[in-house]
Amino acid sequence: MTKDECKQLVLDIIADIAPDEDLNDVKPDVRLRDQLQLDSMDFLDIVMELRKRHGIEVPESDYLQLSTLNSCADYLTPRFNAIPAKG
Amino acid sequence: MKPARVVITGVGLTAPNGNSLPEFRQNLLGGVAGIERIEVRYMGPQLAGVCHFDPLKYQKRKEVRVGTRAGSIAIYCAREALADSTVNFEQLPKDRIGIYIGCTEHGNVETENEIYSISKFGYDTKFWSHYHNPRTVANNPAGEVSLSLGITGPAYTIGAACAAGNLGLVHATQMLRLGEVDFALCGGVSESIHTFGIFAGFKSQNALATHEVPHKASRPFDLARNGIVISEGGCLYTLERLEEAQARGARIYGEIAGYHINSDASDYVLPNPRRQVECIRAALQRAQLTPAEIHLVNTHATATPLGDVQECEAIREIFGASCPATYINNTKSYIGHAMGAAGALELAGNLPSFADSTVHPTINVDHLDPQCALPGLVLNQPRKIHQVDTILNNSFGMLGINSTLIVRRFIP
Repeated sequence: MTKDECKQLVLDIIADIAPDEDLNDVKPDVRLRDQLQLDSMDFLDIVMELRKRHGIEVPESDYLQLSTLNSCADYLTPRFNAIPAKG
Repeated sequence: MKPARVVITGVGLTAPNGNSLPEFRQNLLGGVAGIERIEVRYMGPQLAGVCHFDPLKYQKRKEVRVGTRAGSIAIYCAREALADSTVNFEQLPKDRIGIYIGCTEHGNVETENEIYSISKFGYDTKFWSHYHNPRTVANNPAGEVSLSLGITGPAYTIGAACAAGNLGLVHATQMLRLGEVDFALCGGVSESIHTFGIFAGFKSQNALATHEVPHKASRPFDLARNGIVISEGGCLYTLERLEEAQARGARIYGEIAGYHINSDASDYVLPNPRRQVECIRAALQRAQLTPAEIHLVNTHATATPLGDVQECEAIREIFGASCPATYINNTKSYIGHAMGAAGALELAGNLPSFADSTVHPTINVDHLDPQCALPGLVLNQPRKIHQVDTILNNSFGMLGINSTLIVRRFIP
């Protein structure tokens, strides 16, 4: 998985948990909370959906790694790539 | 000191056959029921009353996702009621508004959904939603209204089984009279059709209606009635003290004339006509009305074989043959049993009678059960009568809670 693919997976999750937001112009280096209507419960949603959809655990001490799209990609891409291929 | 007069100045509702009072009333007079088949988890197709209002009229999509169905229903009804009241909401002190919403139950839907959700993950509770608690607290529907409207006064629900809709109005009346608030949003809501538990529970009790034709399934007083059709719905009113309502030139739907709430203290589920009689009599006494002065009685009857007969027994004892100007109807025959919303919705459906002097009928009565053959029962066709000045609204619930609410035509 590339970092761009990882960002898209994060945006797919955000699209579901913040369905009123326009995600066409999310700046990758700006905090998600500073450009979208996201609160702490929404961030828990992102963590929950990573767990449900992709089996990825983000411990509370790492939540700050999800601040921007870029930091999400930096943090999550290796974790996605560490998931054993199915089949 | 005489208690302040309290009046109804706005109505907002969603029912299985209408999303506004005019639409609801038109369908009650036109014999249009609103029952359909829905897929219920673990049970397959079941008959239910489903509301088709647009939640996005007053909520963002995220609010709908995070909140509950009961919350969406309550927000829709509250905002519709406010609009109907034509009150200048911006100018109302928000800490002087009370929100009092009756609920039969709350939280079952959300809990069932979460258990179903974690069943897909081996029942591992780390997949349990962090929204579970705010969704399931008993005050959720009222709290969602306060969030939506920025109302900072008291906002809570009143758990009173299927009497809850009436209790919302009664409690608001009391709070207005006590001076606790100056403006009230009150009534009842139900999201019950989204929980399989209520269907399964009534089925195990042999109290769940079945019929090939959904619109004919809810048939109080008919010999072939075979149980309850479960529905969702909501109806909230704006209530004000008469003085303030008149000062702002509000249109007045009617005045709260009397009420009473009591308990059977006799059984978990079986009604008790003795206590129902006492409840109705006490409400009449508070309203300073005789039975003969009641023009319209809206029954609670849910179409269970025993419950309908018992309520008829209570009504017969009070209104009997000596009340020739008293007419009796039932609204569940159109919309099923909207649980916590039932009392509030059923009152709303009759309020226009003050203006059009017409009693909507009880539909689906092909063969009237002789034990339910009350004088004045309006069957299958609307009846135009001389005048409707008083409406008596019964709502009873499990664990033996009874409520009677009397509303009269407003005369200054």
